[in-house]
Amino acid sequence: MTQIVLNEVRKSYGDVEVIHGIDLTVDSGEFVVFVGPSGCGKSTLLRIIAGLEDITSGAVQIDGDVVNHVTASDRGLAMVFQSYALYPHMSVYKNMAFGLENSKMPKSEIDARVREAAGMLQITDYLDRKPKALSGGQRQRVAIGRAIVRDPKAFLFDEPLSNLDAELRVTMRKELAALHSKIGGTMIYVTHDQTEAMTLADKIVVLQGGRVEQAGRPLDLYNTPQNVFVAGFIGSPRMNLIEAVAEAEGDGLALVAGGTRVRLPAMAGISAGDRVTYGIRPEHVILTDSAEGADMSVTIALSEQLGGETYLYCNAEGLPQLTVHQLGQLPIEEGQALHLRFDRPRMHLFGADGQVIANGVAA
Amino acid sequence: MADTTADRRSIAALVTARRGRGKLHWTDVFTYAYLVFGVLLMFGPVVWLVLSSFKSPAGLVEFPPTLLPLGQVSVTVEGYDDPLPLFLTTLEDGTQKELAQVRRIGIVSQMVDPENPGETIRVPIDQREPIREFRLATENYVDPLQRFNFTRYLWNSVVVTTLATLVTLLINSMAAYGLSIYEFKGRNAIMLFVIGTLMIPITVILVPVYLVVTQLGMVNSLWAVILPGAATPTGVFLLRQYMLTIPRDLIEAARMDKASEWQIYWRVVMPLAMPAVAVLAIFSIMWRWNEFLWPLIVLNRSEVYTLQVGLNAFQGELDVQWHYILAMTVVTLIPVVLVFAFLQRFITTGIASSGMK
Ligand SMILES: Nc1ncnc2c1ncn2[C@@H]1O[C@H](COP(=O)(O)OP(=O)(O)OP(=O)(O)O)[C@@H](O)[C@H]1O
Ligand SMILES: [Mg+2]
Repeated sequence: MTQIVLNEVRKSYGDVEVIHGIDLTVDSGEFVVFVGPSGCGKSTLLRIIAGLEDITSGAVQIDGDVVNHVTASDRGLAMVFQSYALYPHMSVYKNMAFGLENSKMPKSEIDARVREAAGMLQITDYLDRKPKALSGGQRQRVAIGRAIVRDPKAFLFDEPLSNLDAELRVTMRKELAALHSKIGGTMIYVTHDQTEAMTLADKIVVLQGGRVEQAGRPLDLYNTPQNVFVAGFIGSPRMNLIEAVAEAEGDGLALVAGGTRVRLPAMAGISAGDRVTYGIRPEHVILTDSAEGADMSVTIALSEQLGGETYLYCNAEGLPQLTVHQLGQLPIEEGQALHLRFDRPRMHLFGADGQVIANGVAA
Repeated sequence: MADTTADRRSIAALVTARRGRGKLHWTDVFTYAYLVFGVLLMFGPVVWLVLSSFKSPAGLVEFPPTLLPLGQVSVTVEGYDDPLPLFLTTLEDGTQKELAQVRRIGIVSQMVDPENPGETIRVPIDQREPIREFRLATENYVDPLQRFNFTRYLWNSVVVTTLATLVTLLINSMAAYGLSIYEFKGRNAIMLFVIGTLMIPITVILVPVYLVVTQLGMVNSLWAVILPGAATPTGVFLLRQYMLTIPRDLIEAARMDKASEWQIYWRVVMPLAMPAVAVLAIFSIMWRWNEFLWPLIVLNRSEVYTLQVGLNAFQGELDVQWHYILAMTVVTLIPVVLVFAFLQRFITTGIASSGMK
């Protein structure tokens, strides 16, 4: 069991700093997922932990020891690469045994371990094949098997599923989750797919531009995003985010955007004239029958009827397109006008700096 | 990556391949003519060399030259100790007869009928035609190999070529590994420097290298031939460029797998660089096998001669023993051909497919 701690880790390539001081704790046995858009530094951070990349300043600790100057091979971690990085000239068996041979393990034990891991991943039949003769999913298993046999202190995965087709991805995702509960072990997993992050993680770390935007349990990130970026990134389809200006109205406020006004009670952190962003998830938008009590009126640009659920894409003047999610089938056609109401306790308000003002508003 | 062995066609299908099906298209005719021309151009001299190497010294200088190695038929005739050469002779009365020649005096030769050895016949030499048969002058090969110590030269050449190639591959691949896998300041500068040495012709460094070799006491030992040329800029360049194409992930995966640098080099990078190594091996073998100037300079005793230097010995100032030279040239060609035939498949099959789709 292994705890990994990052202290103020920075990394520059030449003059360009790509990791801007990251503090992070990965607890023993935890499944931590790094998510973020492309180029945000996920892989770099993972490689820093692996020891494949030097850091410019800060400290990486594994089980309390600073390992800044410990080489990748001596950190005792295992990594699964996005490209799988299987040795093409070695059979599957050799691929899995290579790491063990390097640590001078007796042949019989290597054999036992490889066969056990192969059994667990159902690749026993392919042990004699070369990676070239395997399908993508099988290669993926071999890559994972190569990590498992070493019984490492922690597993590092860099977008391991991104080369698989959608269906296989779902299967492998479940298997990874099962694997984690079976062998325990600290795991750090990099992905840019927030669904993967939500389903797999004990803890999600949302990265952007080399900074941690927010770290926490998946549902905490979903329910209480700390900034606009996390609000927009976590959840699929993404949260509707609307930039507005606050105006005083009666003893409360109105958020004005385009031709729409959303009335709110007075609240701390917002005063008239402020620029704010309010967010509402598609499933928290309520359809109302009349303009009375509605927050805005829209026309349907597109309605996607999936049978069990319906997605409506709505246009309102001066606003970005809004997504509405409803359960069941709705007799709604494109071009139709609708009245929407936002569920106040589920609304999120963010200030001009993008930081949260409130997650949930009084009704 | 394409698997070249997968659709291996039969040779018959290959040499009768045409554009489309059905009739010969004019491009087919053109293509085949061109290819046949190419084959003649490439293989003509080699075939000519091999055929000539089996000719006797007399056969070699004959004009017009014959294609096949021919030898004159001779018979033993009663009353003569040595076998006599047989001629097809046109007699004065116009009949033709096979006669053996006893001796030739000026433009007249004394002939004898093998069936009737008692009487000699005098015939003008333009009235007779030698009777010849296909005969391989194997003594061209046997003599140098047995009498002139050529097996020794052959052995020396084999030793030099094998050892030198092994050393070359090892040194060059290690240099290439360092210059491709590690990232450090000045890496490209060093590479440029290495390649820059190509600009220095061997003739310029001949004397300094000779002095070094003498100082090291290696003159007249095979090491004097093997070591000085072991590190080649071409080899380093070739291998480095190839190693640069090996996915970095593989190296990093090996690092994560606790592989030492030596293991990464030996068990991951070298097997993957095999196509380039094979190319370099072929080059090195050809360079070393054909090397002449440097061995000629540092090898002065005949026990350490390599084949090329040994061949030179047949080329006296006054008399060139072409039949031996040709035969031994064929001998020197054989290993190179064999090596090429064996290694060329490594060049064409890209085993670099990294298992990554
Ligand atoms: N060797 C390098 N030299 C300079 N900049 C680099 C280098 N490697 C990465 N970067 C930069 O560092 C940033 C982070 O890269 P990184 O590979 O970690 O992104 P990522 O989050 O893994 O993206 P993706 O999801 O596309 O894999 C990028 O902006 C990239 O341009
Ligand atoms: Mg990445």
